[in-house]
Amino acid sequence: MDWDKLVQLLVNGVTLGSVYALVALGFSMVYGILKLLNLAHGDVLMVGAFIGWGALGWLGGAQDPRVAVWLLILLMVLAAMAGCGLLGVAIERFAYRPLRRAPRIAPLISALGVSFFLQNSVLLLFGSEFRSYETFDLVDVEIGIHWGPLNVWVIRIVVVAAALAMMVALWLLVTRTKLGKAMRATAFDREAAAMMGIDVDRVIVTTFFIGSALAGAAGVLVGLIFGQINHFMGFGYGLKGFIAAVVGGIGSMPGAMLGGLFIGVVEALSIGYIEDVTFGRLGSAFSDLVVFSILVLFMLLRPQGFLGRPEVKKV
Amino acid sequence: MSSERQMVPRIGVDQWVATAEERRLRTLGVRLDEAVARVPFALRLLGIALPVALYPVLVDSEYLLQVGIDTLVFVLLGLGLNVAVGWVGLLDLGYVAFFGLGAYLYAAVASEYAGRHWDALVAVPAVVAAVAVIGFLLGLPSRRLAGDYLAIVTLFFLQIFLVVLINSGFTRGPNGISNVLPLEVLGRQAVSLEAYFYITLAACVVVATALYLVNHSRTGRAWRALREDELAAELMTMPTNRLKLLGFAFGAGVAGLAGALYAPQQGAVFPANFDLVLLITVYAMVVLGGAGNLFGVAVGAVIVTGSLEALRSPADASWLFYGALTVTLLAVLRPWWKAPALLAATVVFGLAVHEAVEAARPSLVAGTPVGQAWIDGLVDGWVLLPENIVTGDGLPSGALGRLAYLALVASVLALTLVRSSRWRLVGLVPVLYLAASVWESLLLPQPAVARYILIGAMLVALMAFRPQGLFGRPRVEIV
Repeated sequence: MDWDKLVQLLVNGVTLGSVYALVALGFSMVYGILKLLNLAHGDVLMVGAFIGWGALGWLGGAQDPRVAVWLLILLMVLAAMAGCGLLGVAIERFAYRPLRRAPRIAPLISALGVSFFLQNSVLLLFGSEFRSYETFDLVDVEIGIHWGPLNVWVIRIVVVAAALAMMVALWLLVTRTKLGKAMRATAFDREAAAMMGIDVDRVIVTTFFIGSALAGAAGVLVGLIFGQINHFMGFGYGLKGFIAAVVGGIGSMPGAMLGGLFIGVVEALSIGYIEDVTFGRLGSAFSDLVVFSILVLFMLLRPQGFLGRPEVKKV
Repeated sequence: MSSERQMVPRIGVDQWVATAEERRLRTLGVRLDEAVARVPFALRLLGIALPVALYPVLVDSEYLLQVGIDTLVFVLLGLGLNVAVGWVGLLDLGYVAFFGLGAYLYAAVASEYAGRHWDALVAVPAVVAAVAVIGFLLGLPSRRLAGDYLAIVTLFFLQIFLVVLINSGFTRGPNGISNVLPLEVLGRQAVSLEAYFYITLAACVVVATALYLVNHSRTGRAWRALREDELAAELMTMPTNRLKLLGFAFGAGVAGLAGALYAPQQGAVFPANFDLVLLITVYAMVVLGGAGNLFGVAVGAVIVTGSLEALRSPADASWLFYGALTVTLLAVLRPWWKAPALLAATVVFGLAVHEAVEAARPSLVAGTPVGQAWIDGLVDGWVLLPENIVTGDGLPSGALGRLAYLALVASVLALTLVRSSRWRLVGLVPVLYLAASVWESLLLPQPAVARYILIGAMLVALMAFRPQGLFGRPRVEIV
């Protein structure tokens, strides 16, 4: 058994998983309140990655940053969160709100249109080549934890810590504040919440803002870990985020976090071991196949996911 | 359901809903529709198919004939997607994977690479059946779940399909299979473009007939009942799961047929032919034409393929852009004089802005138009066309172009929020001018990207303002 490899894969999995968890959270929150599959969520992440890249360039670039590195990363994340939050609010206002009373398939098609629009707009403005965050120039690869088989680059620690911090903040917001109470009430029963005097539209807008801001932050984190972004990156992360939300239990916040970590670790392990297990017949690109089988297994055996409640139809 | 609506007492809503059909029948378009509906289906189909059959005789360029074949393949794809989306109401996001499966399976039974050449009478039905079975199997795990889960499973299926095609050895990865053999019926091979045109047309006619018959059968009625209200349908003892699976497999089968005809015509299959772009294009066709309406879907396919083809060259793209803008304004604005007045105002506004900018910052109008049409001679002295706004590869070189694009998107969205129709009309003048400027300086140099931006925007706008598309029937949702 090659322990070094296993530990390294687990580290990769947890980093990737915390990004998936952020995506899954935003997706799951929106689903909980509107019962709407926000297919454009992944593209919001992509826009966030580009906003972070723009902020990086504006602050002098990775070679020669004008501010301290920690401040630079913080500003990039904040810029992406603000920009994506507003983008999410705009998407809700113009693409989804006119369709609240429409048949269920209508907002989904609208979401497809938004996704396509965002992707191609970024393609138009920035071109199809990969843009680089140059993280290796920003932070040396050697900096980090080196302890036995464990080698963790500091950026990975920052990414996991940032994701954790945001999840804790969100958890406190939802469980401890009045706004959080309103959000939970709206998710439970929108009509009843409206009758209790909750401004449902405002709750929905806030939810979209928070969810999209998380996706924007995730976009910057992805850029930091992998260094490269392009207009099509959102599709893969969006898809994995959806799957994480489904596996964790859609509509459940701890479920989204758990599902994200689970999918991240599974993906990292299958990337690492699929060649050995299949005796070299399948390359690492086939790790998606493993994730797909897990999704199908969950659909068959436990459609409500890890922590979701089974859906009861109300008439 | 917005809280705003709940505040308003809903007196008369039930009556409004009850008389919806009556009001619908009063409009001219619907009366025409009803008149057409009284003509037997076979006659209507012939009335469309016969003029289309003359197309290869009328055009003499190979290019136009190829576009015609592509359009018919898209019609076929649209008809299949319409079963899942329009009739059963399922969001099938893996649809083009079935198209790809059909093409690859055909390549597996008839290509030099596979070393086989089955007769089309065996190969095509076998491919269709195989794809339908795969569609059925894919639907199984999502069978007891809401339509939303189906969307995720199918979207991921498409992703897996592409990953396998690109990475596995026996499909030859991204290079595809390049020596697919032509359709062969009883020893006679179809090689000419005309032959494929008529074969695809025949397939469209057969599929349209089959779909028409299914739609007017017990199953078709059950599908529509399911789409309108699943719970009620279930209480009426309809086997909802089986019906959904059937619709799903039906659509997959049609896509497989399209693939089995597409592969031999192209002579090659590549993974890149079956990506997300194709999926959204097919969705745009179905939604534009009107989901649920066979004729509408066919018209949608023709319009979308035609526009995409026209948007390839800047010269044709200019025509399409200004033409579509003018026609839309003429169709939407009432009374009739408003549209010409608006256009005149925009022209005057543009000339004034152009003069002012030329005096202040000449570099902002120093660019030259890209298109070749005579239109560009006219716009040259009118729109803002900064020099060097785009680089050699068509990308905006500085912040100016990006800002202008964002400003256009923001102002169009803001305009939809303006309540007063007078102010909206006034606001349209600068927005139209900005649109023309952005079009000339940013979008036209990259027509391939511009056309997909327009498709995305069209999907959102259609859903918000006319979800029934051009020919669909508006649906009243009662909660």
